[in-house]
Amino acid sequence: MAAFPWHARSRNYVSESEVYKLESVPLDFGDYHPLKPITVTESKTKKMSRKGSTSSTSSSSSSSMMDPLSSVLDGTDPLSLFAAAADPVTTTSTMDSTRKKRDKDDSSAVGSDFEPWSSKRSEILARYTTTEKLSINLYMGSEKGKAATPGSAVSEKVRTRLEELDDLEEGSQKELLNLTQQDYMNRIEELNQSLKDAWSSDQKVKALKIVIQCSKLLSDTTVIQFYPSKFVLITDILDTFGKLVYERILSMCMDNRASLPDNFSPESVNDTAKETCLNWFFKIASIRELIPRLYVEAAILKCNKFLSKMGISECLPRLTSMIRGIGDPLVAVYARAYLCRVGMEVAPQLKESLNKNFFDFLLTFKQIHGDTVQNQLVAQCVEIPLYLTLYSPAIDWILQCIAYRAPEVLLTEMMERCKKLGNNALLLNSVMSAFRAEFIAARSMDFIGMIKECDESGFPKHLLFRSLGLNLALADPPENDRLQILNEAWKVITKLKNPQDYINCAEVWVEYTCRHFTKREVNTVLADVIKHMTPDRAFEDAYPQLQSIIQKVITYIHDFSLLFSVEKFLPFLDMFQKECVRVEVCKCIMEAFIKHQQESTKDPVILNALLHICKTMHDSVNALTLEDEKRMLAALINGFIKMVSFGRDFEQQLSFYVEARSMFCNLEPVLVQLIHSVNQLAMETRKVMKGNHSRKTAAFVRACVAFCFITIPSLSSIFARLNLYLHSGQVALANQCLSQADAFFKAAVSLVPEVPKMINIDGKMRPSDSFLLEFLCNFFSTLLVVPDHPEQGVLFLVRGLLNVIQDYTWEDNSDDKIRIYTNVLHLLSAMTQETYIYHVDKVDSNDTLYGGDSKFLAEINKLCETVIAQILDHLKTLGKEELI
Amino acid sequence: MGTALDIKIKRANKVYHCGEILSGVVIITSKDTVQHQGISLTMEGLVNLQLSAKSVGVFEAFYNSVKPIQIINSTIEMVKPGKLPSGKTEIPFEFPLHMKGNKVLYETYHGVFVNIQSQKGKLMPSPVDFTITPETLQNVKERASLPKFLIRGHLSSTNCIITQPLTGELVVENAEAAVKSIELQLVRVETCGCAEGYARDATEIQNIQIADGDVCRGLPVPIYMVFPRLFTCPTLETTNFKVEFEVNIVVLLHDDHLITENFPLKLCRM
Repeated sequence: MAAFPWHARSRNYVSESEVYKLESVPLDFGDYHPLKPITVTESKTKKMSRKGSTSSTSSSSSSSMMDPLSSVLDGTDPLSLFAAAADPVTTTSTMDSTRKKRDKDDSSAVGSDFEPWSSKRSEILARYTTTEKLSINLYMGSEKGKAATPGSAVSEKVRTRLEELDDLEEGSQKELLNLTQQDYMNRIEELNQSLKDAWSSDQKVKALKIVIQCSKLLSDTTVIQFYPSKFVLITDILDTFGKLVYERILSMCMDNRASLPDNFSPESVNDTAKETCLNWFFKIASIRELIPRLYVEAAILKCNKFLSKMGISECLPRLTSMIRGIGDPLVAVYARAYLCRVGMEVAPQLKESLNKNFFDFLLTFKQIHGDTVQNQLVAQCVEIPLYLTLYSPAIDWILQCIAYRAPEVLLTEMMERCKKLGNNALLLNSVMSAFRAEFIAARSMDFIGMIKECDESGFPKHLLFRSLGLNLALADPPENDRLQILNEAWKVITKLKNPQDYINCAEVWVEYTCRHFTKREVNTVLADVIKHMTPDRAFEDAYPQLQSIIQKVITYIHDFSLLFSVEKFLPFLDMFQKECVRVEVCKCIMEAFIKHQQESTKDPVILNALLHICKTMHDSVNALTLEDEKRMLAALINGFIKMVSFGRDFEQQLSFYVEARSMFCNLEPVLVQLIHSVNQLAMETRKVMKGNHSRKTAAFVRACVAFCFITIPSLSSIFARLNLYLHSGQVALANQCLSQADAFFKAAVSLVPEVPKMINIDGKMRPSDSFLLEFLCNFFSTLLVVPDHPEQGVLFLVRGLLNVIQDYTWEDNSDDKIRIYTNVLHLLSAMTQETYIYHVDKVDSNDTLYGGDSKFLAEINKLCETVIAQILDHLKTLGKEELI
Repeated sequence: MGTALDIKIKRANKVYHCGEILSGVVIITSKDTVQHQGISLTMEGLVNLQLSAKSVGVFEAFYNSVKPIQIINSTIEMVKPGKLPSGKTEIPFEFPLHMKGNKVLYETYHGVFVNIQSQKGKLMPSPVDFTITPETLQNVKERASLPKFLIRGHLSSTNCIITQPLTGELVVENAEAAVKSIELQLVRVETCGCAEGYARDATEIQNIQIADGDVCRGLPVPIYMVFPRLFTCPTLETTNFKVEFEVNIVVLLHDDHLITENFPLKLCRM
C-alpha cells in the first residue's frame, strides 16, 4: 500500500487572527464582574459588619458586600419593613379600583368574583356523608309516554297527558330500600340519565315525571345527615331539566335559522313557543304536592323570559313566599338556597327576593328548637350540634348571594338582625363565611365577643373560630386589635379537647399569626400545636393540616436563619413520622429555600437544618423510587448545595462537599453537582492566587482534584464519567497538577471502549455515536495542549486514544470512525505548528517542550500517514459499494 | 295506504271567541296520488248530556228527554271530487264563528255530565276573611276531643277571573297538634235538571298543597292556585244545567284530624 506523506501547512495564528477576527469592543465589567476576586478592603468591612450579627449576611459575594442595607439585614431593616407595609395598601387600592370598575359594568351579570355553586358542590358532597342505609321512593307510572296517538283530537291528546300526570300518584310504586350512599348516588345518576334519555326520545311527560319524583325525595328527611348531599344530587337533575326545557323553547323561537339574541324581548318570541312555555307552567302549577311544585317551577324559572319582561321579577317573590308553606326548617332553608341559586343565575339584579328569603328564614328560625324538629332528632339519634351544621351550606349560600357586591349598610343590617336572634352561632358562622373578609376583619373584636357569648350546647364553637380565622387570613384587622385578637382566639382554641377540632382551627390561625407577628408568637403557636398533637400520636390523623401549617409558615417567613431560629420549627417537623408526608414537607421547605434565599449562606443553623432535611429526602430514595421523583429530589438538593458558600474559607467549603458526598451518595445528579462544585472551588483558588499556587494552595488544589478522581468512578452514566474526567483533567491542568491531569485523561481513554452502542436517554434507547463523536472532538482539543509525560513515549495519550478508536467496534457502514480520523488530522496538524493556537497558563505544551524537534515532527507525520491510509481505505470501500 | 290527515289551527293557543274567524289548514300527506270523492270540513258544536257511571238511575229518567242541543253547525266543501297529488297537500280554510239562531256559545268544557262549547261577564272583587277554630266547625261529633287551634286567613276574592290565579293568605296562629299538610281543593258542582227533578254532583278537579309539614306559627302562608284550563269554565247557569265551583281549604293535622272550610267561587272570563 502506497503511503501518502502528510505535510501540515504552517500557520501564523497571531497574524491570522488579526486579519480575520471581529473588531473587539472594550468591555467594562465595573464592580459587578461575577468572577472578580474579593479584595482586601472588602474583607475588612466584612469583619466589622460581622461583629454584632450572626445572620447570613456573611456571604462571600462581592456585590452583596457593597450593599449597605444587606449588612444590617436581619428582618428588621427599615426599607423592607416599609415596603412590606406599603404593599398591602397598594394592592388593596388597586383591588378597590378594579372592583369599582367592575361594579360599573352591567350589574345583571354575575362576575367571576362570585364563587360559583359548582365549587361548593363537591365540598358539600365530601362533607355530608353517611354510613346509614338510604331509600328512594318513586311512584313511576307505567311507561305511557308514547300513548297519545297522533291524529286524535287535540283535547283527547291533552287529556291523556294529564291523566298520565295524575298517574304518578296511583302508578306502580317503586321503593328501593337499604341503599348505601354510593348506591344512592348511582341511582340518582341513573335517574339523571333516564331524564336525558326520555327527553331526547321526545317523552316529555316521562321527563317531567322523573323530575317531579326526584324533587319529592327532597321532602324526605330520614337520614338527615345526608340531606345536604341529597340536595346537591337532586338539584343537579333539576338543573338539567331546566336547561333542557329552556333550550327546547329557545329552539322553537328560531326564525329562519337565526336564533334569538341573548337578551331577547318576549315580543320577539313566536306564539307556538309561548304556548309551549305556558303549557309547561300550567302543568307544573297543577302538581299536587308543594315541594315538587316549588322546585320544578324554580328549575324552569328562566323560561319566564319567553312570556313577559316582568315574569321573573313577579315569580321570584311568589316562590319565595311559597316556601313559607314548608314546615321542616331544614327542607325549607335548602329550598331557599335553591331559589337563590336559580335567582342569581337568571336575574342577579333582583336582590329583594334574596333578602326576603333570608328574613323569612330568620322568622322561622325558632322552629329549629321546636318540638317537631327535636322529636325527629331524637328518633334519628342526631345531636343538635351536628344537626345545626347541616344548615351551614344553605345559609352560607344564601348569605353569599346577598353579600355579593352588597353595600356595607346592608351587611351591617344583616348582622344586626342575626344578633337579635340571641347571637346564634349558626348564623354567625354563615355570616363569617359569606360576607367579605374585609368587612369581617374590621369587626374582629365584635365577632370574638359574639362568639364567646354563644351557647355552648349549640353550634360547635371551634367552627366559628375557624371561620373567623379564614377571614383574617384574607384581610387585615385594625392594627391595634391584632394582638388582642390572637390572644383571645388562641385562648379558646388551646382549650379544644378533640385534636381534630383543634388542628382544624389552629391550621387557620397559624396564617394570621405568621402574617402579623414575629418569630416569638409563631414559636408559641407551634409549641402549642406540638403539645396538642403529640399525645396519643394524634398527629397521625392530621398530616394534611400539619403540612398546611408548615406551608403557611414558610410562605410568610422567607428568612431561613430566622425560620430555623424558631425553636419549635424542627421539633414540629419531627411530627411528620410517615415517610412520604415527611419527604413532601421537606420538599416544600427546600423549594421555598431555593425560591427565596437570595444570597449564599454559611450560617451553621441553616446548614445543619437543611442538611438534615436534605438527608431525609435523600434517605427516602429506594429501589422503587421513580426516576422523576429522584430527579426532583436531586434538583432540590443541588439547589441547596449551590447556595452554600463559606467565602474565602475554601478548606471548610471542601470539607462541606466531602460531607455532602457521604450524605447524598445515592443521588447521582448530586454527585455530579459536587464534582462541578469542587472543580469550581479549585479554579476559584487559582484565581485568588492569580495562578501562582503557594505550597499550601497547591496541596489544597490537589485535594480537590483527588476528590473528583475518586468520586467520578461511582457514577453509573458513562458519558457523565467521560465528560467529568475530561473536565476535571482540564481543571487539574489549569492548576498545574500535570500527573493528576494525565491520570484523568488516561482514565478517560481507557473508558472509551466501554461506551455501549445504545444508551438510555429519558427512558428511550438511542444510538450513542453522536455523543461519543462530540466527546472525542472535545477531548482532542484538550490533548493539543497536554504536555507529554517525560517517562512515556511521544504523544503517548494521542496514540493510546487512536488505538482505542481503532479497536472500538463501530457501526458497520458508518462514517463515524473516518469523521474522527479527519478530526485527528486536524489535531496532528495543529501539533506540528511552531507555536500552538492556545496554551494553558503556566503549563508548557509540546511546542515548547520539543521546540519543533524534527524527530517529534517525523513522529507526527508518521501518525498522519497511518490515519490517511485508513481514510483512503474507507473511501475505496465506499467506491466499491457504489460500483456494486 | 299511508295517507295521513291532519288539521292545524292557526292560533297557537286554540282559543277563539264568538264572532271571530277560525282559520287553519288541512294537511294531507301520502306517498301516492289519492283518489277521493271530495273533501268537506264540518264544524259542529253540541251541548250533550252524558251519563256518568256514578249516577246511573238518577238520570235515566230524563236522559232521553234531553237531546243534544246543537249550538253551532257549518260545513264547507274544500275540494271537489278528484285526485290529490302524492306528497304533502295543504288546504287552507276559514270558518266564521256565529251562533245558531239565538243560542249562546259557551266555553269548551269537559265535565262529568256536561260538555260545552264557549261567554263573558263582569267581575266585582269580593274578598273574604276567615277564621277557623274548633268552635267554627260544623259536623263535629265530639268537639271536646279536638285539639285547639286557630287558623286565620283571607282570600283576595271569591269572584275570580278564570285566567288569573286564586290568591290569599293563611296563618296558623296556633295549633296544639302538629300540622301535616294544608291543601286547596277545587271542586266543581254540576247540577242537571228538568221538570222531573235535578241531580247535583260535586267532583274534585284539582288539589294543591300549600303547606307541607308543621308550618311556622304566625307566619302567613300564601294561598295560590292556577285554575286548570281544561276543567274549569266560567260559572254557568242555564235552564237545563248549572256548573259552579267551590274551593275547600283542607287542614290535615298529625293526629289525622281533617278540617275543611268551604268557599263558593264565581268564575268568569274577562
